[in-house]
Amino acid sequence: MLPRWASLAVLPAANLLVALLISAGIVRLIGESPWAALKLMLAGSVGTPDGIGYMLYYATNYVFTGLAVAVAYHAGLFNIGAEGQAYVGGLGVGLVALWLGNHSPWLVLPLACVAGAVFGAAWAFIPAWLQARRGSHIVITTIMFNFIASALMTYLLVNLLIKPDQQSPETREFGANAFMPPATAWLGRWGKGFATTPLNFAFILAVVASVGVWFFLWRTRWGYALRVAGENPRAAVYAGIAPDRVIIGAMLISGALAGSLGLNELLGAQHRILLDFPAGAGFVGIAVCLMGRNHPVGIFLAALLFGALAQGGSQLSFDMPKVNRDMVVVIQGLVILLCGALDQVFARPLAWILGRGRERPGN
Amino acid sequence: MPPALELRGIDRRFGTVHANRAVNFAVARGSVHGLVGENGAGKSTLMNIAYGIHQPDAGTILVGGRPVVLTEPQAAIEAGIGMVHQHFRLVENFTVLENVILGAEGGTRLATGLAAARRTVDELAREYGLDVPLDLPVGELAVGVQQRVEILKALFRGAEILILDEPTAVLTPQETDALFRMLRRLREQGSAIILVTHKLREIMAVTDRVTVMRQGAVVANLSTSGTSPRELAEKMVGRPVLLDLAKAPAAPREPLLSVRNLEVLDARGVVRVRDLSFDVRAGEIVGIAGVSGNGQSELLEAIAGMRTPRRGTITLGKREVAASGLDARARRRLGLAHVPEDRLRSGVVGTYSAEDNRILGYQDRRPFQRAGILVRRAIRAACERTMVEHDVRPPLPQLRITMFSGGNQQKLVLAREIEADPAVLVVGQPTRGVDIGAIEFIHRRLIALRDAGKAVLVVSVELEEILALSDRILVMHAGGIVGELAPSDATEEKLGLLMAGLQPGGGE
Repeated sequence: MLPRWASLAVLPAANLLVALLISAGIVRLIGESPWAALKLMLAGSVGTPDGIGYMLYYATNYVFTGLAVAVAYHAGLFNIGAEGQAYVGGLGVGLVALWLGNHSPWLVLPLACVAGAVFGAAWAFIPAWLQARRGSHIVITTIMFNFIASALMTYLLVNLLIKPDQQSPETREFGANAFMPPATAWLGRWGKGFATTPLNFAFILAVVASVGVWFFLWRTRWGYALRVAGENPRAAVYAGIAPDRVIIGAMLISGALAGSLGLNELLGAQHRILLDFPAGAGFVGIAVCLMGRNHPVGIFLAALLFGALAQGGSQLSFDMPKVNRDMVVVIQGLVILLCGALDQVFARPLAWILGRGRERPGN
Repeated sequence: MPPALELRGIDRRFGTVHANRAVNFAVARGSVHGLVGENGAGKSTLMNIAYGIHQPDAGTILVGGRPVVLTEPQAAIEAGIGMVHQHFRLVENFTVLENVILGAEGGTRLATGLAAARRTVDELAREYGLDVPLDLPVGELAVGVQQRVEILKALFRGAEILILDEPTAVLTPQETDALFRMLRRLREQGSAIILVTHKLREIMAVTDRVTVMRQGAVVANLSTSGTSPRELAEKMVGRPVLLDLAKAPAAPREPLLSVRNLEVLDARGVVRVRDLSFDVRAGEIVGIAGVSGNGQSELLEAIAGMRTPRRGTITLGKREVAASGLDARARRRLGLAHVPEDRLRSGVVGTYSAEDNRILGYQDRRPFQRAGILVRRAIRAACERTMVEHDVRPPLPQLRITMFSGGNQQKLVLAREIEADPAVLVVGQPTRGVDIGAIEFIHRRLIALRDAGKAVLVVSVELEEILALSDRILVMHAGGIVGELAPSDATEEKLGLLMAGLQPGGGE
């Protein structure tokens, strides 16, 4: 048993350190200096206003998908489908933006938020219903729904939504009123440094969503019921909490959060719907959620880290030709592996170091 | 002659918990030695040390006068120590013989090992009067017989010192008697037997000496013939205890809970409750006695709304709730409260604080929530009040529920259900895993509830509890009620026969 602070802070830090050490070894193997690589990554992500802007922009996506995974996780569901839900949610966001892009931003932006949430939630509803009523395992169905989402979106973009007379399968640009306000618009003097980055108002929405998820889970009776169902399904039945309703409710919220990714990616950065715009953020969200210990604060911090990795990594591949894009994916993969999948590996040694390694009494 | 097993100055801490404080304990060859104490007194830790599961921080273990170091159970087995756990460690679809040699197969070829083992086991069984069918799958045997297999397993491995951890918890009185006959036989053959239990009656019935532990230390080491249950109980708790409950006669009125022709299946589709009918009236406690696993769990779940019955009706006050499919929440609103038999599995959320568990099942009620938002201050205040009024210790609402002792957890769950002011209270195993001090408290609360005109249904495998609490006793066997007795003419023998499915004073 680790004390709370060690489990929340020291353990993730140790995992991250080991991931970076292994990465350093790999960078060394391909003949580059790990030290220089680290400096480049840091400089590229947190070293300049530009880097910070990109980092926060990436982090916004990861906050949305990380929260999506967390809400499902608290209900005892492993939602692997944030990627597909983000993809389909983006369709809703994009359709509103295409349709009403020239109307007042006060109309189009709130409506786009609603559409993203509704489309994402709708995509999550089908696996949720199958789990609640038919017992189909949500891990399997959400994975499959990622592929279905991908095929559906490809079909829509290639055949229906594509801008006429164009090769590349993407829509026309949204009307300017459908753009998320960039950082310069709401950060005033502070926003100037981010002028060249895609950082936009969706970042604020992500912060609001984090607070909202925290409030929902720990301060409302529905959040309480959801967590009871996830922690101890028998106790939930005992308390009169219907598990199937919790499954569906949790997945709707989860899908709505994932579906909000389009607000940042489409309204904030791309200004059109294009193929595969979630770009794996749905999967990174799983790692973000695990590393953030399923808590909005942790998720926010983990999202910043993965944002920094994404931005620093692209900077690195730009400046060190030997470290190509795939190498960066390897480094990110190591962080995910150690912070996500193997996150308890160092729990025992750490407990031993802290002198708490003795087993507990009882049976 | 040196003692068969001696523990000298055993000391063991788990973090801040001092589980064993300089414990001295010795058991002689050819004797049955009782070890009693409340939950958390350190009995299990001591026995786990004797069996090599835990290692002591200080102290020595001597077997037959020679010091030994037991780093793992295998070392204890080699030293001649055997342990029969409360929850059997048997493979249900293996035969008895296969279970007995499991882990001691003696070579790669199973057939040779089995053949050699059969002779040894036959001999052992004859010598100790352990009658078991060697070639039947263990899962098909009665619980009492499964326990014999566990004992046989230990003997097969050459155990001369046998530790039995709460061995009677799952047995009928008759099976308990059979076990005790077996233990006496083992004692005659020179074995040393340690009986860990909290049932003082059993200590008096079968042991030669008894050691009492409290808060990690040995507080008494007595000759059984020179002590009494009252003395033992007081030593365990550290203060005088009332073993008999003063209780006014019941004044039952109209039925508040009526069960009719109930049939309930378990998760595997096996009929566990068949054609069961009874009433519980306002102002009475009805006790359901029975050996664990005779449909009581399914009955409780059906009444509470956790399991849908296949047939039959359950009426709360005037409303039918089973056939009309009302869930646990709706039934709570109709005045039903339920203390589940398996507290940690259903009654609380183990990772939550006491205060978060205080509202489980009532999370949608005022003042705990307003417009869907939890009112933290009201929840804490309610939990603090509950803890004071029901003597839950320590009174810390933010402490994780699993950090409380079993008795205090149970007091909190019971308090939660009582404070909802129910018309009907259904309680499964009210004092399972609860220490003596808390048992007394819980029993008093149940009787007070009855006296306040509530209908109380108690399901328990503890006969003493059923006899002490009930105004009427129903006996369950194989999913049905096989008898109803007034406590005045219910003897343990009568109840035991009914629980075994036999009619007293006659055949089947």
